[in-house]
Amino acid sequence: MTPAIRLILIKLLQAVPVVLIVSILAFLVLNLLPGDPAVIIAGDQATPAAIEAVRHSLGLDRPFIVQLGIWFLHIVHGNFGNSLVLNQTVASAMLQRLPVTLSLAGLSLAITLPIGIGLGSLAAYYRGSWIDSSVMTVALVGVSVPSFWVAGLAVALFSVVLGWFPSSGYVPFAQNPAQWLRALLLPSIILSLFEIGFLSRMTRSAMLDVFGQDFIRTARSKGISEWRIVSKHAFRNALVMVITATGILLSAAIGGSVVIEQVFALPGVGRLVVEGILARDYPLVQGVMLIYGLTFVLINLIVDLAYSFADPRVRYD
Amino acid sequence: MPADALVSIRDLTVQFRTDRGWVSAIEDISLDINAGECLGVVGESGSGKSVTALSILRLHARGTARAARGSIMLDGRDLLRAPERDLRRVRGGDIAMVFQDPMSSLNPVLTIADQISESLRLHQGLSRAEGRSRAIELLDLVRIADAPRRADEYPHRLSGGMRQRVMIAIAIACRPRLLIADEPTTALDVTIQAQILELLRDLRAELGMAVMMISHDLGVIAEFAHRVVVMYAGRIVEQAPVGTLFSAPRHPYTEGLMTSLRGRDIPGQRLGSIPGRVPDPDESIPGCRFGPRCAHVEAVCRAAVPALVSISENHDVRCTPRSQALAPACL
Ligand SMILES: Nc1ncnc2c1ncn2[C@@H]1O[C@H](COP(=O)(O)OP(=O)(O)OP(=O)(O)O)[C@@H](O)[C@H]1O
Ligand code: SF4
Ligand SMILES: [Mg+2]
Repeated sequence: MTPAIRLILIKLLQAVPVVLIVSILAFLVLNLLPGDPAVIIAGDQATPAAIEAVRHSLGLDRPFIVQLGIWFLHIVHGNFGNSLVLNQTVASAMLQRLPVTLSLAGLSLAITLPIGIGLGSLAAYYRGSWIDSSVMTVALVGVSVPSFWVAGLAVALFSVVLGWFPSSGYVPFAQNPAQWLRALLLPSIILSLFEIGFLSRMTRSAMLDVFGQDFIRTARSKGISEWRIVSKHAFRNALVMVITATGILLSAAIGGSVVIEQVFALPGVGRLVVEGILARDYPLVQGVMLIYGLTFVLINLIVDLAYSFADPRVRYD
Repeated sequence: MPADALVSIRDLTVQFRTDRGWVSAIEDISLDINAGECLGVVGESGSGKSVTALSILRLHARGTARAARGSIMLDGRDLLRAPERDLRRVRGGDIAMVFQDPMSSLNPVLTIADQISESLRLHQGLSRAEGRSRAIELLDLVRIADAPRRADEYPHRLSGGMRQRVMIAIAIACRPRLLIADEPTTALDVTIQAQILELLRDLRAELGMAVMMISHDLGVIAEFAHRVVVMYAGRIVEQAPVGTLFSAPRHPYTEGLMTSLRGRDIPGQRLGSIPGRVPDPDESIPGCRFGPRCAHVEAVCRAAVPALVSISENHDVRCTPRSQALAPACL
């Protein structure tokens, strides 16, 4: 077994208990919420008998431990149970919506990585100059301004007034890539504003740290160009920090996508969970919570593995 | 400038940006490094040795330092005023440098071969494969065992002594005409120090390069150098061939260094046994900056900054009473 594969296996094994805890938490979240789901779902006018019927059909009258067991059974089957309102399994509802959210998160990350890393490196290299202070100001605005507010403003300006982008809707990539991009570009850019602000600040501080190191002077003493020093010698050292920041960003993008999908009426997972909450579709919300939790675990796993490829000092230890 | 001077520094003053404006760390440094010779530079911590050395390749951190005066000539060109692109050809090509701390001077995320071959690929246009095999040859040359395996490792797998050997391999990769070694052994164990010095001596002879050897350690200087420059508080205070300097030091500061060396008579003896300390660059001291620590201080010392005066061929001293007593009368 190569060290890389062994490392991946170890990390996967370490993730197992975390996944278990995440799934229990997803189950508990709704059970701990105030109010009786059966009463809410049965409606205002329901008779006690009707409420009991709903309770029974939801399985809420069974002992807690049995309910948990059924939840696990649904997970193992991979269908996550049936949605109460959508007339399909929770898994198939999520699978339908997932491409939208992944497209949004992927596109915004594709915008964020080059711009965030580029701006951060630029600011670090020209530390203390007007370039540095402009980048830092832009970054500060990016992380401080709430995205729902920018999103509303952007829709008003670019979609309604100027008509450059559709104000809502989604076209699958397979159906028409150009329309897909047109539908997602504005929401992705808005999601990116925060990400760029965050990533450029992290990159700047990581790069500043590296620029002060002795080996940068060694590189300069060899006659290496400034560009190569920044892009090879410095950036490779800042990479661990950039990977960490990217992992945090991806996790934050889950929350960000809920807001953005709402504003732009994109039929993604974030929209699904909001719909689920409004409709008291408990199995659906549980399923999405679980997927969100698993996504966090997966992101951390990838970040962990990426470290060991970015830094030879942690590679085989 | 003598005909055989490889690098010629004249009237060099380098200043650093501080809270109180620009402060001179070294002032009026003039020295020649001749082709193939070994110039020793000695002085206590803070005397300006590293600042001088780094100025030759303009390696001070960007935006922190400026050369307020002077010139550094190489092949009829002033390195202080050369465009960045020309200077990059000199760095690692004509002039290379080995630094004090081998633990932090190598890039932790690049392989040894990559770091050695980088300047070869840059200056001599070698391919990646050629660079790697040349890197292995160089590792052999600096006496690292099992070179092909070491070439593909990362610095954290090597000991301090081995890393300094790698630094030396990097420096000599393009056969520089001048190697600047800034306290190359200070951070190492005593036994390793001796090995590294021996390696440097052999390489110098083999490659015929000039070496600027900077050290705290008069023992190192005595063994290694042909000519010695003694620095104190940012200035050259004495300059002489090694034999003359050790047998007949003229500056009270040099005498103090010798006494501290002879007094203990231990190889590897550090300087600093003279009472008092080196003043900071921004401390204002009237006249001779060694005055507050000097046992021979007179009124004339405080009246004006002593000039560096030639008291005999190849022997310069910056001490007013001494040079008045010793300088040839015809001046
Ligand atoms: N980047 C810098 N900014 C401000 N002052 C500096 C800087 N580098 C050096 N100096 C000052 O210049 C003076 C000379 O420093 P230098 O490093 O040349 O001493 P040195 O002789 O090499 O000493 P050591 O033996 O400790 O290496 C010191 O007083 C130091 O404080
Ligand atoms: S000039 Fe005066 S104070 Fe300075 S070293 Fe000479 S004797 Fe001492
Ligand atoms: Mg130094």
